[in-house]
Amino acid sequence: MISVRNLQKKIGRQEILRGVDLEVNEGQTAVIVGRSGGGKSVLLKHIIGLMKPTSGDVLVDKESIIHLSERQLAVIRRKVGILFQSGALFDSMTVEENLAFPLREAGERDPNVLRQKISEALEVVDLQGQEKKMPESLSGGMKKRVGLARAIISNPASILYDEPTSGLDPVVADSINHLIRRMQNRFQVTSVVVTHDMKTAFHVGDQIAYLHEGRIYFHGSPSDFRSSPDPLIQDFILGRSRGTD
Amino acid sequence: MLIRFIGRSVLSFLRYLGELVLLAADTVQSIFTAPIRWRLCFSQVLEVGFRSQLVVIMTGAFTGAVFAAQTFFQFHSLGMDSAVGSVVAVSMFRELGPVLTGLMVAGRVGAAMSAEIGTMKVTEQIDALRALGVYPVDYLVVPRTLAMMVSMPLLVAECVGVGIVAGYVVGVGLLDIPAVYYVHYMQKFTGLRDIKMALSKGFVFAFLIVFISCHQGLNAKEGAVGVGRAPTEAVVIGSLAILVSNFFLSLLLNVVFPYGG
Repeated sequence: MISVRNLQKKIGRQEILRGVDLEVNEGQTAVIVGRSGGGKSVLLKHIIGLMKPTSGDVLVDKESIIHLSERQLAVIRRKVGILFQSGALFDSMTVEENLAFPLREAGERDPNVLRQKISEALEVVDLQGQEKKMPESLSGGMKKRVGLARAIISNPASILYDEPTSGLDPVVADSINHLIRRMQNRFQVTSVVVTHDMKTAFHVGDQIAYLHEGRIYFHGSPSDFRSSPDPLIQDFILGRSRGTD
Repeated sequence: MLIRFIGRSVLSFLRYLGELVLLAADTVQSIFTAPIRWRLCFSQVLEVGFRSQLVVIMTGAFTGAVFAAQTFFQFHSLGMDSAVGSVVAVSMFRELGPVLTGLMVAGRVGAAMSAEIGTMKVTEQIDALRALGVYPVDYLVVPRTLAMMVSMPLLVAECVGVGIVAGYVVGVGLLDIPAVYYVHYMQKFTGLRDIKMALSKGFVFAFLIVFISCHQGLNAKEGAVGVGRAPTEAVVIGSLAILVSNFFLSLLLNVVFPYGG
């Protein structure tokens, strides 16, 4: 379970988050939507302790993480997988080494176990046979899928997705959406997805939180979000700007 | 206006020093408390030590050679040809060997370290390390620090050795200084204290280079300009730190390992 309480973040003079409250129950998928530069990725980074808030609290499995040191956070982070916007693969390692990395760090040394788990993770993301490739020879979509395989290989209880479909063509984006759904059905993980892609939001979300001007403006089911009469929400769903030609 | 500018510069310099000290303290703590990744350490020794040899050998050889020649030109008129060997050896040990090796390694290795870590920072690879439960100092800074601690004293020794041999070749081979006197005076005026001084300086410069370079990489700003600036600043700050600290180290080490003592 992930709980965010009155989270505020100031960077310099800019207030990025102005008191965000969010609860994600076990096995649920929360989608955080909002305009670009609205603080969605910042919120996600707070959930895994990559950023420290100005005030407020973040609880993972009922444990507050904001006062933990980097070394103490390592224990929490092993329970949470994260897919970065760019994939964030280690570019000095092959796909296989990238996937083996979290397992080796957790103490796994048996080459047969490593091979087995890598093969299973690549199968989940439909990338069998790509073990020996270097990240620079992969397409954007493949990088994201390898990033996802790395995030799930240690069987985390929660997965965080940072813009999983941004920069991908509609077909690859759709395959990533299906993949996220498959993760939920297969592993029952708690997920938080940050996106501004409404197709992704409606496809994978059990609940949608709309982040606007540093606060959660709307929090509810995808159907309530879609049918909301609020012009701000409708403009966002339909991608409508208020500018004139 | 001027006072405010000076105040701001002093404060930012002090903050920078504080950050370096914190990184150093964090690294030392990691060395003693976290598991050491020996495979990464060996690959860094290969990168830092083994692959720096050519540049260090070239530097040592031509510095020793030109220093022997210049010393001979000055001493010849005074009839002190045989003192050339001792001057070259003592200078190489106490100043030229450690400083020139430090500068060359700061340029070659420091730039590479800060560029690599800086690129990892802006491509979210360092965030990925943290997200996977790995503390970046343990994974990136500790192996580089240990590799530098091993490699720098050896590179300094190599530079000094090659410089002395090159000085001998020029002095005895080209300038006709009698070999027996050259070696005799070199041995007479060079002692264990000089070797200790060279290695101590190499050791200190290793720390300066690794912490300055890793700090620049870990604090690289977003974008091509940010990543490009990290190695440039690492080399400039690293080189200046070596030159400035060398002066104070010479004064200090001269007390610890006094010449003629």
